[in-house]
Amino acid sequence: MMGQGRLAAWAIGLAALVALPFVYRDPYHLHILVLILIWSFAYTSWSMMGRFGLVSLGHGGFMGIGAYVTALLWNHLGLSPWIGIPISMVAAGILALIVGYPCFRFRITGHYFVLVTLALSGIVLQVITATRDYTGGSLGYTPNRAAGNKLLALQFDDKITWYLIALGVWLFGIVVWHWVDRSMARYALEAISEDEDAAAAAGVDVTAEKLKITLLSALMTALAGAIYCQYQMFITPDTVSGIAVSLQMVFAAIVGGLFVSLGPTVGAIITILLAETLRIGFGTKAVGWDNFVYGVLLVLFIIFLPKGILGSVLDRLKPQRKVPRAHEHEVVQKQEAVQIARPGT
Amino acid sequence: MFMQGFLDIFDIYLLEAVINGILLGGVLALLALGLNLIFGVIDVTWICYAELVMIGMYAMYFLVQYYGISYFVAAPLTILLVAVLGAALHYLVIAPLLTAPPINQLLATGGVLFVLQSFATVAFGIDFRNLGIRLPVLAFGDMNFSYARLLSFLAALVGMVAVYLFMTRTFTGTAIRAISQDRQIMALMGVDTKRIYLITSALGGALAGLAACLLVLQYDVHPFVGLSFGPITFLICVLGGLGNFIGGFIAAFVFAEIISLGGLFSDLEWGYVLAFAFFIVMMFIRPAGLLARRR
Repeated sequence: MMGQGRLAAWAIGLAALVALPFVYRDPYHLHILVLILIWSFAYTSWSMMGRFGLVSLGHGGFMGIGAYVTALLWNHLGLSPWIGIPISMVAAGILALIVGYPCFRFRITGHYFVLVTLALSGIVLQVITATRDYTGGSLGYTPNRAAGNKLLALQFDDKITWYLIALGVWLFGIVVWHWVDRSMARYALEAISEDEDAAAAAGVDVTAEKLKITLLSALMTALAGAIYCQYQMFITPDTVSGIAVSLQMVFAAIVGGLFVSLGPTVGAIITILLAETLRIGFGTKAVGWDNFVYGVLLVLFIIFLPKGILGSVLDRLKPQRKVPRAHEHEVVQKQEAVQIARPGT
Repeated sequence: MFMQGFLDIFDIYLLEAVINGILLGGVLALLALGLNLIFGVIDVTWICYAELVMIGMYAMYFLVQYYGISYFVAAPLTILLVAVLGAALHYLVIAPLLTAPPINQLLATGGVLFVLQSFATVAFGIDFRNLGIRLPVLAFGDMNFSYARLLSFLAALVGMVAVYLFMTRTFTGTAIRAISQDRQIMALMGVDTKRIYLITSALGGALAGLAACLLVLQYDVHPFVGLSFGPITFLICVLGGLGNFIGGFIAAFVFAEIISLGGLFSDLEWGYVLAFAFFIVMMFIRPAGLLARRR
């Protein structure tokens, strides 16, 4: 499907991204870029489910598990994050299956599904706060500094290493997105989101398909949480888990555009730059203001631009060839997303 | 001899926890009723419902502590304020989205959650505040009950009975119930759906306001207080069946007992975890809600 020209564009864009830290070394800007890449990965993970109408507000929970399990295993058992991260991902995956299975098996969809997952992220936050003897509660938690091998502890002091790690993780997310996009599962899931009964009648195993994408999404989100924890070396329940983080993911994915691969990335760029600008602009008085603007923008976006910035721009640019059917519509959007994204990258 | 004494104490604590659970259930049922009302009539879920309660709690705090107004004068003012907020929420956010996919409406109220939380953070700071009213503790035999809880329970019951009477005895209430049964037909029957939606939203807000007046007696208010009882309210509504008033009422007491008894053995937070685990199990047993008819 991917043409020669598009492949070349991706290669050039990536080469430029990899080369960037060696040319431009301002630590603050690199820090912002790392944050954007890590959160982009998290938002992309969310949108894997979200684009099929599976709106989960439980991803804050998965992210929190990824971050806290990794850090707790390192501090209390001395287990290297190289082992801790897979364990934390498995933990998040198991939780996703436990909550997902009854939801999908018994057709808990729409409002019900959102509320159940919303409660899930609320509960994870409560557990982290309740186990304050181990997790430090709402005061936050810091992984111990590695005494020996930095690589073994996945702790690096320089921003360039972290930038490259974050870039790799982000690219992994985009590749998985495209992999799902071209798989049979995508057609099954699109059919499910249109009409569950019809899809089931056509031979789609609704429960299994939904569980697969949920598991994948939860595993990736946990990875994002763990990477965030390793980079920041400080986590609080509010920054990596809970309803606010879940809503932030939904918000960024919607602002960027849910149905294009780079949409969540665009959303991350916009939201993080916005938060940073507000933080610097207001100084210490900004506590709360950034979220205030977030909230107002989210409401405005949902009312006026439900397709997101990237999605809407692509709609405007799209030549009016014919009226595409639902799934073709997205293919067109996706292809043009790549073209649009080129100058940005 | 020693064992006997141990059992006696244990039973007393158990009974106390059970009764406290019932008292807690009253307020939770009130919260669930408001949310169910909105869902049943307008087919929208207000994710920010608990945040409306939080704003109401701040209103109570400022009216009573700052302006020195008596609690019983401040309460109706607060209920009125949150009712207006509920109507405004519907008018500004939900009404433009009525024809949009339901998920969009739900997410828009998620945005409102952000707005309300950060508004409270900016305007009131993150300090924990309380009314400073210390209500006596009621001693009954060897058991102690907080007077505030008893009062909340009774007020919640009165509130629910008032809503029941309004829904069954007035024309507007009948129209609200009719709309929840068939949205299209009622408009053809000459009922102004927009007006009914606004009234329902205001009523849902008023219930949140009443809950705020009661919760502020027991809990400190801070910008994130909604997070501590919001998720449990949603679980109650889902378990009871969204839009099902009686199911929500029963589920509220079931959950309150689990939280109260769970809190007896460990922290309150673990009571929430227990409630969530119970919820997951219940979904396997009765996926469409507590009172769903078996087909």
